[in-house]
Amino acid sequence: MDAPYQPIAKKDFDFAAAQHLLSRAGFGGTPAQVRALVERGPEGAVELLLDFRRGASEESPVDGRPAAGIELRSDIMRQPTPEEREAERRARAMKDEETIARLQAMRQQRERDDRAQLALMQKWWLSRMIETPRPLEEKLALFWHGHFATGYRTIENSWHMAMQNEMFRRRAAGNFEVLVRGIISDPAMLKYLDNDENRRASPNENLARELLELFTLGEGNGYSERDIKEGARALTGRTFRGNEYFFDQQQFDTKPKEIFKRRGAFDGDAFVSMILERPECSQFLASKFYRYFVSDAPTVTRDGKEVVLRMAKQMRESEYDLRPVLRSLFLSQHFYAQANRLAIIKSPVQLIVQTVRSLGTPTREMKSLVDAGDLMGQQLFQPPSVKGWDGGRAWINTATLFVRQNVVVYLVTGRRPQGFDWSASEMAWDASHLIEHLRDQRGELDSHDAVRGLVSFALGGEVSPHRIAQLEDFLRTLDDPNATRVGHASLTDDRIKALLCLVGAMPEYQLC
Amino acid sequence: MHDSPFTRRLFLQRGCALASLAATVPAFIERSAFGVLGNPLLSSNPGVPDERILVVVQLGGGNDGLNTVVPYGDAAYYTARPQIAVRAPGTNASGAQVALELDRDAGLGLHPALVGFKELYDAGNLSVVQGVGYPNPNRSHFMSMDVWHTGRADAKGSGWIGRYFDNVCNGTPIPEGSIAIGRTAPLAMQGDVQKPISFDNPALFRWLGEDLHTAMKSPYDAINRAGSLPGTTADTQRDFLMRTALDAQVASDRILAAVRKDALVRYPDHALARQLRTVGAMIRDGMPTRVYYATMGGFDTHGGQTGTHANLLRQVSESIVAFQSDLKAQGNQDRVLTLVFSEFGRRVKQNGSNGTDHGTAAPVFVVGSKVRPGVIGRHPSLVDLDQGDLKFGIDFRCVYASLLEQWMKAPSEKILRGRFASAGVVRA
Repeated sequence: MDAPYQPIAKKDFDFAAAQHLLSRAGFGGTPAQVRALVERGPEGAVELLLDFRRGASEESPVDGRPAAGIELRSDIMRQPTPEEREAERRARAMKDEETIARLQAMRQQRERDDRAQLALMQKWWLSRMIETPRPLEEKLALFWHGHFATGYRTIENSWHMAMQNEMFRRRAAGNFEVLVRGIISDPAMLKYLDNDENRRASPNENLARELLELFTLGEGNGYSERDIKEGARALTGRTFRGNEYFFDQQQFDTKPKEIFKRRGAFDGDAFVSMILERPECSQFLASKFYRYFVSDAPTVTRDGKEVVLRMAKQMRESEYDLRPVLRSLFLSQHFYAQANRLAIIKSPVQLIVQTVRSLGTPTREMKSLVDAGDLMGQQLFQPPSVKGWDGGRAWINTATLFVRQNVVVYLVTGRRPQGFDWSASEMAWDASHLIEHLRDQRGELDSHDAVRGLVSFALGGEVSPHRIAQLEDFLRTLDDPNATRVGHASLTDDRIKALLCLVGAMPEYQLC
Repeated sequence: MHDSPFTRRLFLQRGCALASLAATVPAFIERSAFGVLGNPLLSSNPGVPDERILVVVQLGGGNDGLNTVVPYGDAAYYTARPQIAVRAPGTNASGAQVALELDRDAGLGLHPALVGFKELYDAGNLSVVQGVGYPNPNRSHFMSMDVWHTGRADAKGSGWIGRYFDNVCNGTPIPEGSIAIGRTAPLAMQGDVQKPISFDNPALFRWLGEDLHTAMKSPYDAINRAGSLPGTTADTQRDFLMRTALDAQVASDRILAAVRKDALVRYPDHALARQLRTVGAMIRDGMPTRVYYATMGGFDTHGGQTGTHANLLRQVSESIVAFQSDLKAQGNQDRVLTLVFSEFGRRVKQNGSNGTDHGTAAPVFVVGSKVRPGVIGRHPSLVDLDQGDLKFGIDFRCVYASLLEQWMKAPSEKILRGRFASAGVVRA
């Protein structure tokens, strides 16, 4: 019964297993990077991914450069100073239309600047995911962004989004309790869920409700409407001033509350502690991790349910320290079970980042990739609602599928339509490394092995012979009809790229 | 419409039958047949009305309602807008814009660029709903647009058209049920289950890898049109992807085939006209699509608005008139209603730069042979204002309720999550 959560044997940690680990606990990697993980063995590989706080860059198997820094302004959406407020009041009183118009134009300019800064952040984060030597850190930051979903359009303050993003990164695999306390002190979230209007005399329940329903316990899972109401009172006074969290003592409801059938003059921190004591909390978070890292199939298998329970138990034992749970999960036999390989539908971000990181294509133009993410249903800093992205099958429909296939064509070839014309970005890249590594391992290659090796690497797992036959038929149509066999030599760079475009158009390519 | 054999009930049965099948396997079999035979439920024979279609035209930026439907009978209008007001019909002033007569008794006219709208109005094909808005109006473009799209005051959650589909066919999306022309699909069409198809240029709603080399198309088709992998029967993620891949091919074939034909009428050469020409082509081809969405921007006329606004309205009017002629030439005029809206109107008073700032209530237009023609609702008062803005008379959700109940025959209360009295924009 313990088997699914028992660690995988070293001998079972082969190339495919390491590739699976790197795509789930990160965004995939090149053949050389996968091999480096195999050599470390399962414990070493997981440790390397998980221990990202300790200077991982030096011997990282993912040898990307650290993302270039980004200069962000913190004051674009600052509140007006008392002087400015006074000037505006005076202009209004005197019906000074010119000044009013000027102030309004300035405000609109600031809003435009702020949207431009957000667009910059979207490009920055995507390139950071592509280049980071610490992929699990970004993968977790993205997880928390979807979990504690906050949308820019509502809060209209890019700096607050940036601060929240940095917190997700800093506390990515730390302690969940610390993270929840952070989120109820986070200006972006406090604004997004109206807690800046949660006052003693007129409580606003929005944050309390989502805290229970979406962030910790799950909908209808071990709390009552009364707990929401009383919890909202515990959260009164938690607001922000400028860019800082601010506890407004005047607005805090000091009277006793009754939460989870206990009475006391609880505040927000006490409320969080009480929530985390509920067993439902660890189970809810474990289920979400499971869907994000193991399988997003509509129904969870028996083994899967068992693993979720074990994860939840471990979470409680470690007092919500997340690293031990992730370590056990990434080492578990269940994580590597064949049924869980290629069982998750890639998010749009995963699709883009994994294609670049594993095939080694150029990044092309960041703006286009951000736009493609939007077209595929994932705009960073702009989740569709406080529920975050549904993920799984919700990513896929007839329209998003074409964009998904076409973004691979763009990354591999640089070609894309501009309005009604084609344009090509000329960044060249060498795709032959995707085949050369096979030769290093196996010596001389025939064409069949080369194609199979290329395709199974790009798809990240076993490929049906049917698929290989389809691609070999295609290669034959390109050949001189008089040639008797397709030699490895004929697998030119162009042909490798053509094959990659076709692989990227396979329904299976949407899985990781 | 009501005696047609091709009723909504049948459509729903068919759509939902697809839904229940999709969870097992044979959906793709039906889809393949669908692709080859066309939709057996839809006839595009002229004169045979079948499924009802809604077209939404969004005017982004906040169209100046007061200069669109002009209250020329109200002196307060001219006091508030000395430089930019449209003159009363019959005014003889050189260089001034003079309104087209709409309702002499009410003192209402149309902007002179709306010549086509005036013709539609006179022919009984235009319904003008006045003073449409919502309580506690939001003057941010984004927020107000989201309010209109979600149909909710807090601007959160799914879109109203998406919820329409979620309601009529619970569980599984209808692949070509809703199509938006544009780079991204509007929030209004995003349901929890139903997702729209969207494309800027229909020629790009396909795999672009086939342009790389002529030999690419054949293996691509083999990969994406199989519907299932040999030997798999379970409902795994892979099976789901295989089915959706086939759906995408079928949709792409249909759309590309539809737009390949020349239109029956000439459309002007503006962005909105191009979009409506594409919509017209898809309707003519008998696509099973129930809702289409087109958008036009540029209505944020903060400064020197007179020429700009006239130009914008001319494009709207010409595009929609061409679209209506196309529908008539196809024999589909009785199947289609077009809703024209903007996220808000503009301030009553002009600003310091001969433009107007963000306001509130404004008129909405509904176009088609089945509208209740004429002017619906009262023109909001120009003196009894809320912070310098018009007070709305008709909640926009009452317009939605009318379209949902009367036109799409759907339960509006559930979709709009509240009871909204029908604005009665459809001919009873």
